[in-house]
Amino acid sequence: MSVVVRIPTPLRRMTNGKDKVEVESTVLGELVDKLNAEFPGFKDRLVDEEGELRYFVNIYLNGEDVRFMDGLGTATSDGDEISIVPAVAGGF
Amino acid sequence: MAFINGLKCRECGREYSAEPLNVCEFCFGPLEVVYDYATISEVVSQDSIAKGPLSIWRYKDLLPAQGDDPVDIMAGYTPLIKAKGLGKQLGLNNLYIKNDSVNPSFSFKDRVVSVAATKALEFGYETIACASTGNLACSVAAHCARAGVRAVVFIPSNLERGKIVGAAIYNPILVSVDGTYDQVNRLCSELADDYPWAFVNINMRPYYAEGSKTLGYEVAEQLDWRLPDHVVVPSASGAMFTKIWKGFNELACLGLLDGVESSSFGVDQNTVHHPAVKTKMHMQQAEGCSPIATAWSNKQSQVIPVQPDSLAKSLAIGNPADGIYAIKVIEKSEGSAYAVPESEIVNGIKLLAETEGIFTETAGGVTVSGLKKLAESGAIKSDELTVVYITGNGLKTIEAVEEVVDPLDIKPSMRSFEEMFQGAK
Repeated sequence: MSVVVRIPTPLRRMTNGKDKVEVESTVLGELVDKLNAEFPGFKDRLVDEEGELRYFVNIYLNGEDVRFMDGLGTATSDGDEISIVPAVAGGF
Repeated sequence: MAFINGLKCRECGREYSAEPLNVCEFCFGPLEVVYDYATISEVVSQDSIAKGPLSIWRYKDLLPAQGDDPVDIMAGYTPLIKAKGLGKQLGLNNLYIKNDSVNPSFSFKDRVVSVAATKALEFGYETIACASTGNLACSVAAHCARAGVRAVVFIPSNLERGKIVGAAIYNPILVSVDGTYDQVNRLCSELADDYPWAFVNINMRPYYAEGSKTLGYEVAEQLDWRLPDHVVVPSASGAMFTKIWKGFNELACLGLLDGVESSSFGVDQNTVHHPAVKTKMHMQQAEGCSPIATAWSNKQSQVIPVQPDSLAKSLAIGNPADGIYAIKVIEKSEGSAYAVPESEIVNGIKLLAETEGIFTETAGGVTVSGLKKLAESGAIKSDELTVVYITGNGLKTIEAVEEVVDPLDIKPSMRSFEEMFQGAK
């Protein structure tokens, strides 16, 4: 169940410059834990002390905001693409 | 030259040099410009501003880009009009309209884009891009035409025709995305990681957003260096709303308001509140996309994103980046936030047109309807000095008001005219 994760610039230092990482996972929370095992400290950047997605981080599963799905409990499956995108952009 | 020291994360306080960067690497918080106010206070005065050009660049010392040779299509210095007709309708004797619909590309976006485009050229970019709900695309394309650089503008495909044509005419690369604004914005955030482009509202955002401070400066200057008791402002991401407030407080701290002593900016330039700034900040959103107004009325400190469904497409940002900061401004200023019913938007457009001769887009309809509510509820008293910001032009959203077209159809004869005219009287 391989999922492709797109890494935004602010996190690429942690992934040794990689802009994409493949992870085996069935649930988003598990995916974040696995990324953290590979890149220590990764989870803290995305998840707050209460275990919730940080306010300024958006995660999209195949282009859909996981906040409108099951958050970190959202199921993932083979071939899915995850994007981690800073929330502070756009607008007026 | 610009009097800035760098960038600073609004959340964790980490500092960065002045680069094309919008988020903190550590906490993803927004980066804000840090000014050298000590130097600014030595060079800026009411007189220095008065001697400047009739555009936002009269405030160049207070902006984060060099102002000696800016990308300038004469954004800003728009009229502040005493609104006698609308005021009479609403029982407000001291009402003014800041008519920003008459900017060169017909919205307030020219203010922010002029700053962002100037900064982008300073950084050496050759392509300027944006994610847009329409007005921004028009402005970016216009400024790029002026600067002679490439524009790549991304818009949701369901935009009003006036905004699409209004951007395309300047010959940018126009990318029409089958999705919502928030999806366009997400796509552009990802593209900004991989393309060496200046995205005005992504990697240029700290500089870009500062352009809206001029909406505060101009109103103060046009009121002879006084601040209004109330301002009524439309809001999507909340950024413009917070920057108007910041502009008022900068003027106060720098001693540029009449009768106000200058004071320190304190430890946090972005949250400074000078005691002389008593303006109440009233935010208006459309009910179909009102995440900030909803958070305010539910007393939430966080803003929960929504999926927009509103006639006011220029305000249809479901995930407002500056929402939490806008709520803090409402709190500090003892202002308010209101979600205007969708059914009131067109009424607001018509009310402004019929009482003041100003044709605004749907966002302006939201603002005027919100103002009406504030007046009716007594939140704004009849003699209080009130400024309502009209930020976009009605010709961009004519689809919303097509119903007003109901002419007297006649033959080219006196008799035909008189018959129809008698019936219509």
